[in-house]
Amino acid sequence: MDTKTVTKTTPKRSTTLMRLLKFVVGTYKAPFIMAVIAIIISAAAAVEGSLFLQRLIDDYIVPLTKQKSPNFTPLLQAILIMAAIYLVGVIATFVFTQTMAILGQRLQKKIRDDMFTHMQSLPIIYFDQNDYGDVMSRYTNDVDTLMQMISQSIPQFLNSVFMLIFVISGMISLSPMLTLVTLVIFLLSIGIVRTLTTRSSHYFKEQQKQLGKVNGFVEEMLNGLKVVKVFSHEPAVKKEFDEYNDVYQYDSAKANAYATMLFPIMGNVGNVLYVLIAIFGGIVAINGWSVLTLGSIAAFLQLSRSFSQPISQISQQLNSIVLALAGAERIFQLQDSPIEVDDGQVTIVPAADGTGNNWNWQVPQTDGSVKQVPVEGRIVFDHVNFGYLPGQTVLHDINVSVEPGQKVALVGQTGAGKTTISSMLNRFYEINSGTITYDGIDIRQIRKDDLRHSMAIVLQSTNLFSTSVRENIRYGRLSATDDEVEKAAELAHAEDFINDLSQGYATQIDGDGSDLSQGQRQLLAIARANVADTPVMILDEATSSIDTRTERMVQAGMDNLMKGRTTFVIAHRLSTIANSDLILVIDHGHIIEQGNHQQLIAKHGEYYQLYTGKKSLN
Amino acid sequence: MIRTLMRSIRQYRKLSILAPTLVIIECAIETFIPFIMGNIIDNGLMKSNLNYIIHYGLILLLMAIVSLICGGAASWTAAHAGAGFATNLRHDLFYHIQEFSFANIDHFSGSSLVTRLTTDITNVQNAYQMIIRMAVRAPMVLIFSVIMAFNVSSQLALIFAILVPILGVILAVILHFGRPLFRQVFRRYDTLNRVVRENVRGIRVVKTYVREGEEINKFKKSSKSIADVFTKAQRIMSLNAPAMQLVINASLLLLSWFGAQMIVGGTFQTGQLVSMYSYSNSILFSLNMLAMIFTQLSISQASGDRIVEVLRDQPTIIDPKNPIEKVDNGDIEFQNVNYSFAESRHPILNNVNLNIKSGQVIGIIGETGSGKSSLVQLIPRLYDVSHGKISVAGHNVRHYDLTALRDNVAMVLQNSVLFSGTIAENLRWGNPDATDEQMIRAAKIAQADDFINEFEDGYNTHVEQGGNNVSGGQQQRLTIARALLKNPKILILDDSTSAVDTHTEQQIRQGLREDLPDTTKIIISQRIVSIQDADQIIVMDHGSIQDVGTHDELVQRNQMYKEIYDYQQKAGEDN
Repeated sequence: MDTKTVTKTTPKRSTTLMRLLKFVVGTYKAPFIMAVIAIIISAAAAVEGSLFLQRLIDDYIVPLTKQKSPNFTPLLQAILIMAAIYLVGVIATFVFTQTMAILGQRLQKKIRDDMFTHMQSLPIIYFDQNDYGDVMSRYTNDVDTLMQMISQSIPQFLNSVFMLIFVISGMISLSPMLTLVTLVIFLLSIGIVRTLTTRSSHYFKEQQKQLGKVNGFVEEMLNGLKVVKVFSHEPAVKKEFDEYNDVYQYDSAKANAYATMLFPIMGNVGNVLYVLIAIFGGIVAINGWSVLTLGSIAAFLQLSRSFSQPISQISQQLNSIVLALAGAERIFQLQDSPIEVDDGQVTIVPAADGTGNNWNWQVPQTDGSVKQVPVEGRIVFDHVNFGYLPGQTVLHDINVSVEPGQKVALVGQTGAGKTTISSMLNRFYEINSGTITYDGIDIRQIRKDDLRHSMAIVLQSTNLFSTSVRENIRYGRLSATDDEVEKAAELAHAEDFINDLSQGYATQIDGDGSDLSQGQRQLLAIARANVADTPVMILDEATSSIDTRTERMVQAGMDNLMKGRTTFVIAHRLSTIANSDLILVIDHGHIIEQGNHQQLIAKHGEYYQLYTGKKSLN
Repeated sequence: MIRTLMRSIRQYRKLSILAPTLVIIECAIETFIPFIMGNIIDNGLMKSNLNYIIHYGLILLLMAIVSLICGGAASWTAAHAGAGFATNLRHDLFYHIQEFSFANIDHFSGSSLVTRLTTDITNVQNAYQMIIRMAVRAPMVLIFSVIMAFNVSSQLALIFAILVPILGVILAVILHFGRPLFRQVFRRYDTLNRVVRENVRGIRVVKTYVREGEEINKFKKSSKSIADVFTKAQRIMSLNAPAMQLVINASLLLLSWFGAQMIVGGTFQTGQLVSMYSYSNSILFSLNMLAMIFTQLSISQASGDRIVEVLRDQPTIIDPKNPIEKVDNGDIEFQNVNYSFAESRHPILNNVNLNIKSGQVIGIIGETGSGKSSLVQLIPRLYDVSHGKISVAGHNVRHYDLTALRDNVAMVLQNSVLFSGTIAENLRWGNPDATDEQMIRAAKIAQADDFINEFEDGYNTHVEQGGNNVSGGQQQRLTIARALLKNPKILILDDSTSAVDTHTEQQIRQGLREDLPDTTKIIISQRIVSIQDADQIIVMDHGSIQDVGTHDELVQRNQMYKEIYDYQQKAGEDN
């Protein structure tokens, strides 16, 4: 769908990196700087340790062997000083690893919380345009890789860079000539590293792509497994699976081969370097071309050991940093998505005199005073046009006037715009032109939360939360007492099956309530709306999965409930809406007929055709 | 668990043996290099013997190159063996799942099977690759280095005899405290993911009831509980690095102190000291590596368990020996049939007896949960009866070849899905060899031909995954056509026309009657109009057959049937 690509913008990697660093450093400046300093100290101490070998041999061991009665006190002093330096290094390592562990988790929590908080204020259209799985993976995969980067890749990267700098300067101080040999090998190894990492990352990308295909196929076939079995289609499905699986194997083998070859190859390049240094060092020292003591050669050999590792580390970590930046981009994209507009001033308050629906709109006036308007449920659509995307119109010139307490039915084909019209009411979406008024107040002037508090919606697909049955019903109104919850369930005819559950109202609903039937879930959703006790109700195919006999009983309760409330009903079974005060027949976003049942039947138009089964709703 | 998984190695056995062999060669050479290096220093450098240096230098260079080739080849073979093993395992698991009965499928949820086939197998693949390479390498380097160190100087090697156990204990303590915390972290992640999933899916409900604030608090609580444990876990695991560094540094200093004294005493040489430094590094690093491998493996162990759990779950319904391959007609008989899910105690079907003759039209009506779907799913053996017997064409259904039985008992499930592909491809699921004429004929009976032709690409119109681009009613008609293409002896429609309008539905029924006169047709429906002209109507109530009769008989004598009928009549005739 092309709607999904609209919000996609690709900022530059470097911009993302800067923003990320700003976030990390900006949030925890002091600890971060402390960690970096500790990293530098730790790297310096490690290199100093290797250099110590040179002094040990040249300044102590060689002179001592020449003394008749060797005095070990200076050596002991030197070793103790070295021990102190090492200790500082160990402490520095301790400090930066601990800091990063804590920092990483704090940042992780902050990023998740920020993202979730922001997500709660995003408009519904965001969720229309992004797959559930896609949004979910930002909290899991993307945050995980990002945190990996902050708590591991970045410190290791910095550590390796400083290591390399110190190692090279240490080498130069020992012998510029041998350093030259090392640098040649260095360039060579960069070549190897780059070849291997570009290859492996190419195949990793292919592997991820192919993995997506395998997952997609598995997902589709396992979800339709019962149909596969009914049609004995297993052989064909197996064959197709093998095709995906084999391609995946190819990419996965290549990706892993190149990635894991890096370390043994770099390790052995280190060995080659080690050998070359010994040979060159030997030749140079013996021929006396340069002042090269035994100690320097030994120290140089030791340094060369810690040379190849940082190089492969740097390239590895760079790879994961690039990967993590892709995740960071997706996180920022969510955080940058514009939130719902809400500049309403009108609020809802309990009416002092307890009249009407017991609630009043509190409308601020230009002179600073506040006008009280009783909440009654009079809804008027006046020349309303709407489209989900700019330049596209889904609803055309909708004009409807609903009196308080009326039952309004919306009828039409799938995709005609019935749900869209009802979604305009609580401002899930913003209309393009025209106005909708609620008790004479433009709904855009009402604060969104207050507007939504004044209406309950039962949607076609019911969402339950993993908590008890009781809490799921109470979701409608947190202040509802247990008695009110149970009364609402009774009214929705849900109490029969609730009492059959192992722990009645206290039964935990697990996951998305998959162990309840669709019909039972709808009954809970209706109970939830009952408990909300609002002046306006919207029922969108609320009983579509409930069997006729139960529906009949629920209907009685619902009719009771609808008394005194403005209700919008979208129903597939026309029998349930014949008693409505107003029926709107919707077609391609237009209201083509409106009136009550008798009027529309007499008209012998579209409604008549639908009602008598001459025309289908599909 | 290991043995079950190992069955999937098969043709990759050779590679799986080759990889560790190469690793062992690489390790042996690698640990020998510092030893020769020590000699070069002592015999070449110290004695200014250039020939010695060049001679042994070239040998060393050769060794380094051989070791490089072995190491690279080991990675290559391990990666291929790992990917091959994972492919086999995925293949085995997928094939095994395809053999599952409905009862098996119900036991594992769809999404959990997907995770096992994807994430869990990837984890096992990584573990396997690690076992045949790293898990061989680390102990090998450790053993070889210890041997070489003792070889160079058994006195100085005693330093390791003290330090290795110390480091071992430190690592063990870190792991002991860290690992359980990680397990807790994973559990808490599940909770966090659940909160996100529910909120993303249920965002309309959250906004409708203005619960954003409460949901944010719920989420923050959950993310805090992760951060708390995770911080603890990470901090403990982070002790690893400084502990390692401390022990390595200590060994270097001890080596320097005692080594220097021995050199001065004339019992030791400088080059040997340099090689001891190398061994000290190798020994302690490989010990650390072992600890890491241990942690990694214990994480993938959970994945391995989850895969094996599925592999060990035996299909509850399998083909009989010497099966009957042919279904002669559409007679069905239920004798004292009881059925219940294995775990739950109360029966879903209770003592059901039925006799259906070939070619009859049977209607079934009853409340949600009265056992209608279970009843019909027993006929093609999607589930097996718990007690009693079901016969088709005079033979117990258990004696038929499953494919033959299911080809002859076509069933349109309540939530029948379409698969991504063209309409024609979807219809041909019923019969891959169907001609265009046969396909169009089936579509015509199911009243699908008209709307298919209205699509721009007709029968070649692409259906999206889950059939999202066709309406519910159209989807139902396509699934009926798909079943008709099987040319079955028995056709079962489980509430399959609920989204089709009554007029079209009536045309479908008429088509079935006229074009498939010999096929037994069983129709489950909520609407009495859909079944009122059936030869027998079965009224189900709480898992039992409450009544059987024709529409006229039932209206006369059955209270529940009459109630439903009156209600639907009244609604239909309100004008």
